[in-house]
Amino acid sequence: MTSLLDLDLLWVTGKGGVGKTSIAAAIAEVAARSGRSTLVCEMDAKGALASALGVDELDFTPVEVAPNLHAMSMSTEDALREYLRLFVRIPFIGRIGPLAKTFDFVADAAPGVKEILSVGKLCFEVREKNYDLIVVDAESTGHIVSQIGAPKVIADLVQVGLVREQTQWMLDILNDVNRTGVAVVTTPEEMPVTESSELLRRLTSETGAHPAVVIANRVLPVLFDRREQAVVDQLDAALPTLIDAVGPGASVVLEAARFTDARRRTGAQHLGRMRSELDAADPPLNIPIITVPELFARNGGRRVVSLIADGLADELDIEISSGQRANGE
Amino acid sequence: MANERTVSELDNLLASREMILVAGSGGVGKTTIAAAMGIAAAQRQKGKILVLTVDPAKRLATALGLDEVGNSPVRIEPAIFKAAGVTVRGELWVAMLDTKAGWDELIRQHAPDAEVREAVLANPLYQNITSRFVHSHDYLAMEQLHDLHATGDFDLVIVDTPPSRNALSILDAPSRMIDFFGSRLLRWLTVPYRSRLFTVASKPFYQIADRVLGSRFLQDIADFFVLFQAMEKGFVKRARAVEALLGDAQTAFVVVTTLETAPSHEAKFLAQALLNRGMTLGAMVVNRVLPARLAGNDAIASANALLAAGPELVDAVAEQLDDVSPKTVAAVLAQLAERFDDVALVASRETERRGELATFATTMLDAPWLTGDIHDIAGLGELAEHLRVDSVNG
Repeated sequence: MTSLLDLDLLWVTGKGGVGKTSIAAAIAEVAARSGRSTLVCEMDAKGALASALGVDELDFTPVEVAPNLHAMSMSTEDALREYLRLFVRIPFIGRIGPLAKTFDFVADAAPGVKEILSVGKLCFEVREKNYDLIVVDAESTGHIVSQIGAPKVIADLVQVGLVREQTQWMLDILNDVNRTGVAVVTTPEEMPVTESSELLRRLTSETGAHPAVVIANRVLPVLFDRREQAVVDQLDAALPTLIDAVGPGASVVLEAARFTDARRRTGAQHLGRMRSELDAADPPLNIPIITVPELFARNGGRRVVSLIADGLADELDIEISSGQRANGE
Repeated sequence: MANERTVSELDNLLASREMILVAGSGGVGKTTIAAAMGIAAAQRQKGKILVLTVDPAKRLATALGLDEVGNSPVRIEPAIFKAAGVTVRGELWVAMLDTKAGWDELIRQHAPDAEVREAVLANPLYQNITSRFVHSHDYLAMEQLHDLHATGDFDLVIVDTPPSRNALSILDAPSRMIDFFGSRLLRWLTVPYRSRLFTVASKPFYQIADRVLGSRFLQDIADFFVLFQAMEKGFVKRARAVEALLGDAQTAFVVVTTLETAPSHEAKFLAQALLNRGMTLGAMVVNRVLPARLAGNDAIASANALLAAGPELVDAVAEQLDDVSPKTVAAVLAQLAERFDDVALVASRETERRGELATFATTMLDAPWLTGDIHDIAGLGELAEHLRVDSVNG
């Protein structure tokens, strides 16, 4: 299989709340620190990517936020302007303001038009080879199919016209397993795992794009090995001794560890279920499930992204420059 | 614990409203909370309670242990409650909104005649458009709510709102629908082709649109909207009724959040938006709360003392356990103390964040971070009990 970072275009999706944006930013950071010229693009303009990268805001024009790491935020209107300028050769861009707005309405109503402008922009960057890798902080699992699948929908619906002509080269990029991949981010919890697994099993048939990897985020650490676990299991018998020695909070300290461990075990079961569902799919989905540990840092931001990037680089076995080491701050 | 004789804030809320909309950002457990509230209501009230989920992932079915929930309400059999050890006084019904079927239903209702109806349903664009058009999930959720309310079949309807990028889009869905019908786009699209071509104002747009999209596709879109416009009156009237319902005194919102950064930010934003629109925030549910005692001074002091503890403690503990080496005990105690910081840090940050959220809502309901996922009636019943325990702010 092509290594994740050797793709041209990587879509990062996941159920809301699983940390999709942080993971997308971290993958982009790993790629950039490995020496690849990388673009990371936020699709929903919510501003989460800007906070993850520690910059004020992002817009349609990419900015270099770190060496080799470029970032942008998708805008349908800007994509339309660029499209008109490049392909329809309409020179008076300044004067199409109201036109763009009207077009926005059409795009809102006509299936796939809005999506294809965004997807088209990304595919255009791939075709022009402006970057080694483009990482997309894409729509959530519920909406990703209509996003990536837009060119397919257009190809089915639109019989003639420039848009129709444009879909084929996009599909060539999007459907090529060596160029385009989809990373699905999940947490080791029931609902995110179920949704991710469902998405992965229908992704290729509905969009033509191929799953590349599952990233299990916020995976809790194994606290005790088997011998230590045996001690933890019978520690209640020594609780009075512990309380005498370290105070009444000893029972809460023990509870916290058991609580974390129980959650870890439940999570591991869900990830195990996902593995068997992917293996049992037809055809089997032999994509790796890689894990990112729970960092116990609830605030996102650049430091956390760098920590995740360090972990991802290890998991992906990729050499990266120390660059923005998180522990340097 | 809640006193037997006082009615909890949750039960008050469920008893005083006819509609409850459960909102919040994705991944916070809205569906589970909505289902648990349905059970809580059925436990205390006679009458019919409906939980409506609009999530395409069919999660409510899983949570309720049902194989499938369809567009029309299904009653959860009393035997299922009995088996789960949950005593109910009322009837609990569940339904799932199917967007496609919902649209078909709307078209049937609003089409002025059979010809328009069949033409719309057969239009090739219709199939594709309905799933994307004007945040149709949000709008249909509101529509269905209105319908169910209008029939008077249910005493209480609890709606699990769709996961949207922006929770506000639910509140704005009806007005967006009204705007769409008044928009220039619709008027332009529905002007007959010929006069459109000769309207000077629209000429440049048409030329560009024609080159980009192809006139055939534009014509398909136009045909669809000409048909659609015939239904304007009905749609706009309904959208206004739905809008009024959202601001009705019988309606309350419940905002669900976790204490993580992004969801709590969204929850504050949503609470503020409800306030600005004059809608009622019935309660804020804080889901997956770590026990506050984890951040307590006692526990922190003990963890620190444990870190500093010497070999005497290790030996004393090892003596009381079967078949363990002091070395392993030392490793365990060190790990307990070190790892405690992680959990305590999260717990204290969450306590602080909860305090911030509490300034937005008069009623705060906590649901603890349960170790297992909830996927049956018994689990939902347990969750309902947690929500019933009035939490003390601060």
